[in-house]
Amino acid sequence: MEPIIKIEHLSYTYPGETEPSLKDLNLEIGTGTFVAVLGHNGSGKSTLAKHLNAILLPTEGRVLVDGIDTADEQQLLRVRGTVGMVFQNPDNQIVANVVEDDVAFAPENLGVPPEEIRRRVDAALKQVGMYEFRMHAPHLLSGGQKQRVAIAGVIAMEPKCIVLDEPTAMLDPAGRREVVETVTRLCREKGITVVLITHHMNECIGADRVIVMSNGVIVADGAPKDVFRQSALLRREGLTVPVTTELLEQLSAAGMALPLDALTVDACADAIASALAGAPHP
Amino acid sequence: MLKDITLGQYFPGDSIAHRLDPRAKLLLVVVFIAALFTAENYLSYAFMLVVTGTMIAVSRIPLKSILRGLKPLFIIILLTALLNVFFTQGTPVQIGSVTLKHVTYEGIVRAAFMVLRIMMLISGTLLLTYTTSPIALTDGMEILFGPLKKIKVPVHEMSMMMSMALRFIPTLIEETDKIMSAQKARGADFETGKLIDRAKALLPLLVPLFVSAFRRADELAIAMESRCYHGDEGRTRMKQLRWQTRDTLAMLLGGAVLAATIVMNVYGL
Repeated sequence: MEPIIKIEHLSYTYPGETEPSLKDLNLEIGTGTFVAVLGHNGSGKSTLAKHLNAILLPTEGRVLVDGIDTADEQQLLRVRGTVGMVFQNPDNQIVANVVEDDVAFAPENLGVPPEEIRRRVDAALKQVGMYEFRMHAPHLLSGGQKQRVAIAGVIAMEPKCIVLDEPTAMLDPAGRREVVETVTRLCREKGITVVLITHHMNECIGADRVIVMSNGVIVADGAPKDVFRQSALLRREGLTVPVTTELLEQLSAAGMALPLDALTVDACADAIASALAGAPHP
Repeated sequence: MLKDITLGQYFPGDSIAHRLDPRAKLLLVVVFIAALFTAENYLSYAFMLVVTGTMIAVSRIPLKSILRGLKPLFIIILLTALLNVFFTQGTPVQIGSVTLKHVTYEGIVRAAFMVLRIMMLISGTLLLTYTTSPIALTDGMEILFGPLKKIKVPVHEMSMMMSMALRFIPTLIEETDKIMSAQKARGADFETGKLIDRAKALLPLLVPLFVSAFRRADELAIAMESRCYHGDEGRTRMKQLRWQTRDTLAMLLGGAVLAATIVMNVYGL
């Protein structure tokens, strides 16, 4: 499939720094895929995210979004309309006093006709399950709800790709689940490409692809089950493995014959159940 | 506790005054003020009193709220009254055999006029903010001042700043609450002591609040840019303000009031 994002030899050094935050990065992200980017603080994952919609421009190399070079200032609005961004702090990205006015902000900026904005706003709010809250004041919503409003505000632009920069870092477990379920559904049902930047392993289980970053380079890249099998590498990068993988690992170490790639809770339970059923009783 | 303060002074409601277009209301306030300042004699004052009373009745805002809105200006009203009483030339007031040298009949009449005028002026503007949500108000102002864009007045930016400030008031109040609790937990005392001490106690509250406000502003700017914000060039609005017949009628009525006060004064009725 034609990649929606193509990164060629991207290097980036923050002004005033000597050490580059991203080093000669090459990456292609396929249209309609769900990609999770992992890494501890300072690994360059947020810097990478900010390159995907031209908030930062490469020091060297280039980033192509849907075939457009992000450094092309003439095309800035097209780039930002193609790749929507959701940030960590939900409070600092909501601009209006009423939920539906906030969702309308991006299409208003793009000069979409009023009736069309209305349609998009209603559709976007329904997709994230916040339609009944459309007249509410944002500051009275929970963190997960605010973040879903922020996602609706992005999909009202009808982007091909959404980049979420640690959207769950400030949320409680329930809010985290709401957000991850929402973006997974958007990817699966609407075919929107999702790039989820996170350090919660459990949020990556449903992804098509997991990329692990460290010190500005990619250290692992592949399907979740292949990446999480390399638990030694993940631990070295200051990351943990999902609880399911950890459980399977410990049971294997104790002598049970178990596959290490059963990531979801159900798959993990099945694997253990069948291993127990097959194992000779002592 | 801080959360309980209301945003602006808006009283949600469904009266005709609430439903009028914010542009019409803004213009009507200007017309109302003009009429107030043309009114010079007893009849026109009586007329304006009736007009103000009708406006309050139509908006269904309780009179108590209007009076509460007048309270902060009590000192100014009092001062105006006293100055007018004492510094107007004319016939001195006599009570029995005592002549009050500096108090004149004319002064008392003028003071009454001035006080009434100020009170009506404030009531009129209060009605505007009581019946119009802050967002509708900024929207209306942006459109009304729209022509000023031609002479490079940043009208859109100003109204965007205003609505953004309104949006962040509750967020910053919440944050203040949080910082206050954190400081209290470490022994800060905001409630007792002399005024100076209490002002000093606020410093450790304001510094983190400002720092965080700047950080928020930074993040907000990036989030807005990410959502394609680039000023008002080519920008549309989901909610269009619609000028309706009732707005035209209200404007005509406002014009009639102004005309009536002018006529009353010119012919000295």
